[in-house]
Amino acid sequence: MDGSVHSAEAAIEVRGLVKSFKSVEAVRGIDLTVHAGETFGFLGPNGAGKSTTIKILCTLADATAGSAKVAGYDVATERDAVRRSIGLVFQEPTLDGYLTADQNLRFHGELYGVDRATAASRRKEVLDMVGLYERKDDLVQTFSGGMRRRLEIARGLLHSPRVLFLDEPTIGLDPQTRASIWQYLNELRKREEITVFVTTHYMDEAENCDRIAIIDQGKIVGLDTPAALKAGIGKDRVQIATGDDAAAIAALKEKFALEGRMVEGLVTFAVQEGAAFVPQLFEKLGVPIRSVTVTQPSLDDVFLSFTGTSLRDAEAKGSKFNPMLAAGRSRG
Amino acid sequence: MSQASIAHVAIPKGGFAHELRATRVVWEREMIRFWRDKARVVSSLIQPLLFLFVMGGGLSSLVRAGTGGVDFKTFLFPGVLAMSVLFTAAFSGISMVWDREFGFLREMLVAPISTTAILTGKCLGGATVSTIQSVVVLALAGPVGVPYDPLMLLELLALLFIMAFMITALGLVLASRVKQVQSAMPLVQLIITPLMFLSGALFPLSNLPGWLTVVTHINPMTYAVEPVRSVVFDRLSISSQARAILDPGIYWGSYQVPVAMQIGLVIVSAVVLLFAAVKLFNRTE
Repeated sequence: MDGSVHSAEAAIEVRGLVKSFKSVEAVRGIDLTVHAGETFGFLGPNGAGKSTTIKILCTLADATAGSAKVAGYDVATERDAVRRSIGLVFQEPTLDGYLTADQNLRFHGELYGVDRATAASRRKEVLDMVGLYERKDDLVQTFSGGMRRRLEIARGLLHSPRVLFLDEPTIGLDPQTRASIWQYLNELRKREEITVFVTTHYMDEAENCDRIAIIDQGKIVGLDTPAALKAGIGKDRVQIATGDDAAAIAALKEKFALEGRMVEGLVTFAVQEGAAFVPQLFEKLGVPIRSVTVTQPSLDDVFLSFTGTSLRDAEAKGSKFNPMLAAGRSRG
Repeated sequence: MSQASIAHVAIPKGGFAHELRATRVVWEREMIRFWRDKARVVSSLIQPLLFLFVMGGGLSSLVRAGTGGVDFKTFLFPGVLAMSVLFTAAFSGISMVWDREFGFLREMLVAPISTTAILTGKCLGGATVSTIQSVVVLALAGPVGVPYDPLMLLELLALLFIMAFMITALGLVLASRVKQVQSAMPLVQLIITPLMFLSGALFPLSNLPGWLTVVTHINPMTYAVEPVRSVVFDRLSISSQARAILDPGIYWGSYQVPVAMQIGLVIVSAVVLLFAAVKLFNRTE
């Protein structure tokens, strides 16, 4: 169960990657191989080092140590070759609102030196793919957030890159638009031979990937297919609201030998056959229980089991100190 | 899996032709944005016209005694031409701060081409836009007593283009350091206004106090304004005394700097500023 497509050459190869900002290590030794043709998810809370890693892979930042190859080219020494081989969709918008959709694409095509004979038909094809061909002569400033993101994806594909990088492509979009973006990305995998490297902090989106790397505090803590990661847990997640959380955690340990912890304000623990366990829980816990939730393992639980914290809690911690912000590079 | 229905496009391995295409399309974008932004075109013309007709008209009776019979507006005309170019070009350069704010700078800087190609396109764009705007001011030559000499008009357009290129490059240097949109315009005012006042655009360089002579002579704008004035004054039928007062030329000590050398200095300044901007953008983005 190791990605469906293999090729002699890996699309991305990362060895011992480290990036330090002054006293902070944002990336602390990452090793990673992405196969050609696969959709690879890079999952972690804000400030985990996702954006820093993607910037290094896209030649926008230098690594402090280690090496990385994209499409067979070294990101440190073959910058322009890497840039010709990749498409980029950033977290922040990078379109010119005063130009039309088609003019934005034309600008991109000229910057990348796309062959003029095929440029126009290629523009039509990528616009068609994201459903924006009818709006091609409208100014981008009249577009909604979702349309802009789709246009950025179309633009990232214009020069037929071998690897498409998407840094949080659905951030700030409503759930429906997020779903439609993923629909386009899934369509893309069917139509083009392309490797997609996507960062996200939405667990549900990571389900769309062939393989996922979970990154936490600058390190990869887990890497496999979504199914294998979830199967690896093998337990259900039980969350209870109690009258006395500390007593409940102590009782869980004493009476069931279960390790409970506070997640999102609820006593949380993992147990096999969670639904069958609930009657015993009420019988023996000895602490008033106000509510119980039993869930099958999700990627959230995978994240929890690898990092010891839920993604949402990690987010809250991460937002207090974000090495990217600390280095004064929050924008542009 | 349905097979790829999208044509794979080939892109070149770099080279000069590719760089030129990039420069061209950056220039083209400036043109598109210029034609779309009529308000900017109109508003940037108001200031030079105020200077020419309001300040020029208002002061002409006061200074008549000192100009050897030449209308002060005629004297001011080349200076106002330079001024109109100065503000438009500076704005074109500093607009990179907005490109950064709205992310488009990144789209340009991550492309597989040199920063030089992008910034050259930007300078050519700023120079073209400024020169087109100056045509409106040039059209007013007649009412202020300057003949419509076709060769003179062509020479002026060429000189203004070079000047605007230099100022756009200066704007880019500033834009590389300014990250806040709010501080961009005040900074332009802070830098451009002294450049204008100390260039001889609004008063002749003759008989200035010593310190002012020094400052005007190290201002590159001085060497951009003087050829413009020289080209205009060559077409005026005025007394040589009046010319000596109003268009004394530039002296380094007792050496009169030839117009060709002044133009050369402007070109050198433009290139130096452009490469400084390239270095700064490469380092900071």
